[in-house]
Amino acid sequence: MWKWLHPYANPEVSYHFTGKILPWLGALATLFLSIGIIWALAFAPADYQQGDSFRIFYVHVPAASLSMGIYFGMAIAAFTSMVWQFKLADASAAAMAPVGAIFTAIALITGAAWGKPMWGTWWIWDARLTSELILLFLYLGVIALHNAFEDKNLAGKAAGILTLVGVINLPIIKYSVEWWNTLHQGSTVSKLGKPSMSIDMLWPFVFCFIGFALLVATIICIRFRSEILTRNSIRPWVRTLVSEHLSKHIAQEKNNAI
Amino acid sequence: MNPRRKKRLTIVASILIGISVVAGLVLYALSQNIDLFYTPSEITQGKKDSGVKPSIGQRIRIGGLVVPNSVKRDPDNLKVSFRLSDMKMPIIFDVSDPMITVYYEGILPDLFREGQGIVANGSLARGPAGELRIEASEVLAKHDENYMPAELADAAGKDYKKLEYSDKQLDSKN
Repeated sequence: MWKWLHPYANPEVSYHFTGKILPWLGALATLFLSIGIIWALAFAPADYQQGDSFRIFYVHVPAASLSMGIYFGMAIAAFTSMVWQFKLADASAAAMAPVGAIFTAIALITGAAWGKPMWGTWWIWDARLTSELILLFLYLGVIALHNAFEDKNLAGKAAGILTLVGVINLPIIKYSVEWWNTLHQGSTVSKLGKPSMSIDMLWPFVFCFIGFALLVATIICIRFRSEILTRNSIRPWVRTLVSEHLSKHIAQEKNNAI
Repeated sequence: MNPRRKKRLTIVASILIGISVVAGLVLYALSQNIDLFYTPSEITQGKKDSGVKPSIGQRIRIGGLVVPNSVKRDPDNLKVSFRLSDMKMPIIFDVSDPMITVYYEGILPDLFREGQGIVANGSLARGPAGELRIEASEVLAKHDENYMPAELADAAGKDYKKLEYSDKQLDSKN
C-alpha cells in the first residue's frame, strides 16, 4: 500500500524532489500572502468594537494554528522515525522545529500586542496563553536536543521522545478556552458550523492562512534540503553536487573577471 | 510489519497512552485551579463540583457580564461600580441571577461596556448591608470571538459606544 512512498526514503531522491517543488511553493506562498495581507490590512472591514486593532487577527490566528500544526507534523515525523527507524524523518523533524518555534513566538508576541489595547494587559496566566508558552518551551527543548549530540541518530531519538511527550499539549491548547475559564476568547474560525465572523472578513483570512501555511512549507523545504546535505555530506552524490556547484561558480567568477 | 517494528510500535503507543492518561488525571485534579476566575454564582454558591467558596479578604479574579444599567460612575473622579452576572448563552439578564458588585477606581479598558465580558482582579469584601462585593485593583475586558463590521452591528442594533471621561474626572487622578 505504501510502496509508492519508498523511493522518497532515499535522501538523494528526496533532495531532488523537494528541489523541484520548492519554486512552486515559494511562488504560491508569495501570491497568497500578498493577496491575503493587502486584502486584510487595506480592504477588509474594521471590527465594530475593536476597530483596526482587529486586523492583527490575520497574523495572530494563522501563526497560532500553524505553530500547533507544525508541532503535529514534527510528532508524526518523530513517530515514524521511532517505529520505522527512518533517518529522513529525523532530518525533517529537525527542519521543522525552529520554524515552529518562530511561529509560536509570533503568535505570543502578536497576541500580547493585541491584548494590551483590547483586554488591558500584555499577559495573563490563563490556560490558553500558558499552554501556548509551554509549546514554545517544548520547541526550544526539541531544538536543543537536536543540537546536543554529535550523533544525529541519537539526537533524533532524544528529541523524538520529547516531541511525543509534548504532543499532549496540543489538545490542551486547542480546548483550553472551552474546558476552563480564560480571558482569551473562544475559537472564531476553527469550529464546526458557521464561523463567527462576517464573510467579507473571512475571505482575507482564508488567503492569509493558506499563504502562511505555504510560507511554512517553503521554509521547511529549504531547511530539510540543507539537513539532508549536512547529514549526507560524505556520500558521493553530495560530493558530486558540491563540486559541480563549485566549478559552475568558479567559471562564473572567471567570466565576471574578464 | 516485521516483529521488531511491531514491538517498537507497541512500546511507543503504550508510552503515549500512558502519558495521556497521566496528563488527563493531572488536569482533572487541577481543573479548578486552572480556571482564571470565579463566576458570580461560584462566589455566592461555591464551585459546582466541590462547593469551594472564596473567603472574605481573599484576592480573587471574578469574570462575568456587565449588567445593563448597573454602571454607576462618580462625576467628580474615576470611581466606578458595576454589577456582574454569569456569562451564559444566550445573554439574558434576570434579576434573580446571582450578581456581584465590583468597585473600582481608574480608567476602564476601551472595550468596557454594558453587556460586555469583564475580568476583575481584587479582594472579596462585605458591603455595609452584608452583601458580597469585589474591591478591584484591575479590570480587564474579555471580548468574545464574534467579529463584524460596524454596518452589520448597527443593523443588529448593537450598542458599542466607548466610555467618555470629563476633564474633572481625569484631573482627579493627579
